[in-house]
Amino acid sequence: MRSDAAVRSPWILHFDTGSCNGCDLEVWALLTPRYDVERFGMVNKANPKHADVLLITGPVSLKAAPRLKALYEQTPEPKVVIACGDCASNGVPFYDCYNVCGGIDQVVPVDLYVPGCSCRPEAIMDAVVQGIELWRKKVSGQ
Amino acid sequence: MVRTAIVPVGPQHAAFLEPFHLKLKVEEETVVGAEMSFGYNHRGMEHALAQDFKRSQYLCERVCGICSYHHASAYCQAMEDLYGLVVPDRAKFVRIIMMECQRLTSHLLALGHMAETIGYENLFMQFFREREEFMMLVNRVSGGRVHYSMNTIGGLRKDVTPDQLKDIALTVDRLEPKLLDLQAIVRKDPTMRKRLIGVGRLTKEDALDWCAVGPTIRGSGLEDDVRSHGFSGYGLDGVDFKPIVYQEGDCYARTMVRMDEVIQSLDLIRQALNLMKEGEVQTKFKGNPPAKEGYGRVEAPRGELMYWVRGKNEVQLDRIKLRTPALVNIPAVNAMIRGCRVADVPCITVSVDPCICCTDR
Repeated sequence: MRSDAAVRSPWILHFDTGSCNGCDLEVWALLTPRYDVERFGMVNKANPKHADVLLITGPVSLKAAPRLKALYEQTPEPKVVIACGDCASNGVPFYDCYNVCGGIDQVVPVDLYVPGCSCRPEAIMDAVVQGIELWRKKVSGQ
Repeated sequence: MVRTAIVPVGPQHAAFLEPFHLKLKVEEETVVGAEMSFGYNHRGMEHALAQDFKRSQYLCERVCGICSYHHASAYCQAMEDLYGLVVPDRAKFVRIIMMECQRLTSHLLALGHMAETIGYENLFMQFFREREEFMMLVNRVSGGRVHYSMNTIGGLRKDVTPDQLKDIALTVDRLEPKLLDLQAIVRKDPTMRKRLIGVGRLTKEDALDWCAVGPTIRGSGLEDDVRSHGFSGYGLDGVDFKPIVYQEGDCYARTMVRMDEVIQSLDLIRQALNLMKEGEVQTKFKGNPPAKEGYGRVEAPRGELMYWVRGKNEVQLDRIKLRTPALVNIPAVNAMIRGCRVADVPCITVSVDPCICCTDR
């Protein structure tokens, strides 16, 4: 049950699965006056059941993997998953660490990858805008 | 009869940026105890850092993104100690400037986070607006917003240009009045004072018992700052530094320590800019790390950060150990949290500026 208003304003859930905090800082920078992602209708919400877009950082440590899966399953369909940063995309620079899965896509399906270590706010914003488009397509069933 | 209930918080929660799990034992509105569990952020950095000592120069910045330059400096200091290198004065001064710039971004983040936790959105946005100026400044100087990658063993990777130094001086002058305004807000504002004074008190004895470091212990009336021992450039002639100490030991005191240190950092950047002279920025070294031990410590935004390394005449290091400030500050929350109200728990947790990626590594 999604109204027209909901299509204009998807909500984000941000989760850190073991990143160095660099990308998380840039996610925070997005919410603050200079970048202000709210002008695209995005609001950061901590509840997975309210979320439409999952903004995930980090290479997924073994302990965080079941949590990430649970969050993904609790988010209602349709949803968009954005992997922020190099380590979220493929595990680099933590590729040879013993406690990481090596990327978000090892645990849950990913729609968009953001490059950079740490990724720049402009890059995340670009991904977020593309994510909104993708999410709208998913909502309208295309 | 009052029953004890357990309230689980985390690992994914609105009040915390990072994943950690907190089990609060509550009796009605009063917290009687807390149990914390970590490891959601554990990647195995100590193992990864020991694999290649040259790669570790950039990998150690990835231990923590908030104090990345402090990690790089501490690692390089430890390796310089191991090799017995003498770092040129100019490199030391540049390290002071970049460390203080990062302290500014980290403290403004912590203060903004605190403002957001008590529900003061306006102040949160103001802190982050000024913080963004410093993020852009370090971006212009180093090329990175979060990871600077400026350090190398023996000094700096490349020198800073006179234009960049002028840029730093101008930015510091431009932002000082704005930061002084924010300091006045934190000092006088009734919202901050009512919400934070007397909350989460950590006595001097408790602070020592729990081995707290950084602004957490300086808010409890103890003068404990590695910068006053003079590591890197802080020990050079002409650098004037005195730790900021508050006696009360509550959340407000810890917040004020951070706020005053923001102003102090501007002063330290100015001192370093004035004392800097032309010269070399790197001492060269040869070969793999010898079978010796090296030790380096710096004052990171959250407190003392220590690196210890032992070489074995190979590219790999025999062992690398890092002790991060958040690792000792977060358990100290146990001492502050007892007897407080449930609504004050986020304030108390944020007042020690928890950094889970440092803690778990």
